[in-house]
Amino acid sequence: MKFLREALDKVKPHFEKGGKWEKFYYIYEAHDTLLFAPNHTTNSKGVQIRDAMDMKRLMMTVIIAMIPCLLFGIYNVGYQHFLAIGQPDAGFGDIVLIGLIQVIPILVVSYAVGLGTEFTFSVIRQHPINEGFLVTGMLIPLVMPPDIPLWQVALATIFAVIIAKEAFGGTGMNILNVALTARAFLYFAYPSQISGDVWTYIGEGNKAIQGFTGATPLAIGAETVENGKNVVASLSAYGNGWADGIYEFSNMFFGFMPGSIGETSTLMCLIGALILIFTGVGSWKIMVSVIAGALGAGFLLNGLAVNEFMAMPAHYHLVIGGLAFGTVYMATDPVTASQTETGKWIYGLLIGILTVVIRVFNPAYPEGIMLAILFMNVFAPLIDHYVVIANKKRRLQRATV
Amino acid sequence: MSKFIKLKKGFDINLAGKAEKKIVEVEQPETFAYKPSSFHGILRPKLKVKEGDTVKAGTPILFDKKNDKVQHVAPVSGEVVEIRRGEKRKLLEIVILADKTIEYETFDKYTVSDINGLSRENIVNQMLGGGVWPNLVQRPFGVIADPSETPKAIFISAFDSHPLAPEYDLIFKGQDQYFQAGIDILKKLTPGAVHVNVNADAEVSPMFAHAKNIELNKFSGPHPAGNVGVQIHHLDPINKGDIVWTVNPFGVIQIGKLFLEGKYDASRIIAVAGSEVTKPQYYKTYTGASIKKFIEGNLNSDHVRFVSGNALTGHKINADGHLGYFDSLLTVLPEGDKYELFGWIKPTTQKLSFQRAFGLFSFMFPNKEYALDTNVKGEPRAFVQTGIFEKVTPMDILPTYLLKAILAEDYDDMEALGIYEIIEEDLALCEFIDVSKHDIQDIVREGLDLMRYS
Repeated sequence: MKFLREALDKVKPHFEKGGKWEKFYYIYEAHDTLLFAPNHTTNSKGVQIRDAMDMKRLMMTVIIAMIPCLLFGIYNVGYQHFLAIGQPDAGFGDIVLIGLIQVIPILVVSYAVGLGTEFTFSVIRQHPINEGFLVTGMLIPLVMPPDIPLWQVALATIFAVIIAKEAFGGTGMNILNVALTARAFLYFAYPSQISGDVWTYIGEGNKAIQGFTGATPLAIGAETVENGKNVVASLSAYGNGWADGIYEFSNMFFGFMPGSIGETSTLMCLIGALILIFTGVGSWKIMVSVIAGALGAGFLLNGLAVNEFMAMPAHYHLVIGGLAFGTVYMATDPVTASQTETGKWIYGLLIGILTVVIRVFNPAYPEGIMLAILFMNVFAPLIDHYVVIANKKRRLQRATV
Repeated sequence: MSKFIKLKKGFDINLAGKAEKKIVEVEQPETFAYKPSSFHGILRPKLKVKEGDTVKAGTPILFDKKNDKVQHVAPVSGEVVEIRRGEKRKLLEIVILADKTIEYETFDKYTVSDINGLSRENIVNQMLGGGVWPNLVQRPFGVIADPSETPKAIFISAFDSHPLAPEYDLIFKGQDQYFQAGIDILKKLTPGAVHVNVNADAEVSPMFAHAKNIELNKFSGPHPAGNVGVQIHHLDPINKGDIVWTVNPFGVIQIGKLFLEGKYDASRIIAVAGSEVTKPQYYKTYTGASIKKFIEGNLNSDHVRFVSGNALTGHKINADGHLGYFDSLLTVLPEGDKYELFGWIKPTTQKLSFQRAFGLFSFMFPNKEYALDTNVKGEPRAFVQTGIFEKVTPMDILPTYLLKAILAEDYDDMEALGIYEIIEEDLALCEFIDVSKHDIQDIVREGLDLMRYS
């Protein structure tokens, strides 16, 4: 690998101060440090040795934790496609092929456009390229419907990187979760492509099978408010004849149902959660408290139920929609979540409660977790503020004793 | 009232190259240096000697015009051969070429019973003139104590939990009577208690266990349990307006010797340790020793870094450099100025991390020793990861918020978030584990300077 190092060292002077590509130094640096851990040494004062962990490792761990969701998502996009067009016996290869054809372009567009935006900003603002987008670039495809137009992915990515992140100064300074901002942007700007009957890829020239409506479990749940049917029975009845039991609890837990590319499988999210918790990268406090909040709110609504959706068993909330995915990968974003340990409990609990409340009481926005997290992102600094004040008060009280 | 305090937060860095428990007598180094940089807050150093002057051990060579009662004295006798200055003529080192046999300035001598009869004024004057005063460090700010102040208590940490730290049992062996005398002196300086804090996880040496006139407290847990700042936080925290002093056991012994023997004795035992040292062991020498003699023929490789002090809070020095005033340890580490292909993701068992995202299964080998180099292992970034500093800071302090308050120069917040309770070493572990690679100890000092001079 010596020749690679030599090649990099050869072009390096062009990017340094006074070189002809001086402006692009940080783009060069990003590639150099990705290939080679740099040769910087510690200062003469202060710590002489440093922990092996850096931002690249931190972000890469999150990406590794998302891989189960991505792989399952690719399979499931193909699987749902063949279910919907009435060919449930399609082979594994065909299923994966369709999945790859739908998912990989979205992934590529998200990374290419996002990194392009980052590079542009690093040149304009002359700041190092942060590894944060490596995670965002993976999250965005996973929360998109499989049939989303690629230009919308590009537009949403640009919007999110600029407005949600760079405007505030880059990773570490942002208030809102970048990937969720991308999704929220599409949700409000192009609602027809990201709500309703978009969660299964049918494909041109194919016709959906008789009985296929494209309704998600959340939509079915919302309908019961009007029609007064039992939610669990409605869910079980859906898919009769062409996809029996698609909305049974266990099937939804494994994730073989329509939805955003990466969010359908609670099991895969659970695997991701284990990776994040075991490596210490994701906050288990936030994950546990979101689930506790959602279950608590679910039980409370069961008790007060005045319609069928409120009476839906609380544990169903955990497997439908994006609650599991949002809990594991988005609520735990360290920059936009509460930063104090006490704050994390409150932050997570409120996300869980709000998600269920939005789902059940606001049929216009069936997916609660996105708005709940964005809402609590905004409130996280306030929660922290009071936690910090409590710390200050403890110190003051000590003084007067 | 003695206390037992169990700390859970923290992290022991298990470095390779621990000093073997034997004291080796070698030919003494030729030069010794007095380094004003060992102290914080020497504002206007004034020299009392020039190159070519001869001094005895205990001869005043320097004072601070802003704190002119405190004399800084020569550690050994000999000739002042060089006054080393850095940028903007900043005073770096006063180098003394040592005599073969050390001559001492004579100071008043007292018996143990005399000490009880001494007034505070007498004691302070003898300590100031005798050169032992700079051992007293004032909190807040971690600066040389002001002789006109009365501290509410004095704290002595009787163990060092830093990586490769010297064993106090060994380096203070046989100094019991001086330690007791030093305690008796210190007791007269404060209306409060003199706290001696020992390691609950190891055998307590009789010097500390049998000392009288003290409060003996036990601390258990990983580093920074041995940091006096952490200990103060749990015993008698520093609030706004409080002043406490801290001394290390070497200082206490030196004070005791000044009164019992009437001389300024800078002899000390130092450890030379680290993965690049062929024979890590202890040596008998004096404060400020040149490290040349200890490293000659004793290194595993050429490309190394010499650190006066420990790997977390020490200073880099050159191969012809001298140890600092407070340092009883020379750490030699491999220099890490090399590239590593995919170094940030390549699986390895040679790197140490506090976090499991690196070294996933390292918890199965808790006694593994690591030979860490000086590479930064990453690039500077904004604060991203949260909740991690708290895991290595066993105090009721929010390090991230405090650091941000310092960076924002928010005086009210710095005060309210507890800046008076810490100095650099207390957050050194945060600097070590920080994935964003901030220079946290520099930031802390910046904050302390802001508060002190505001």
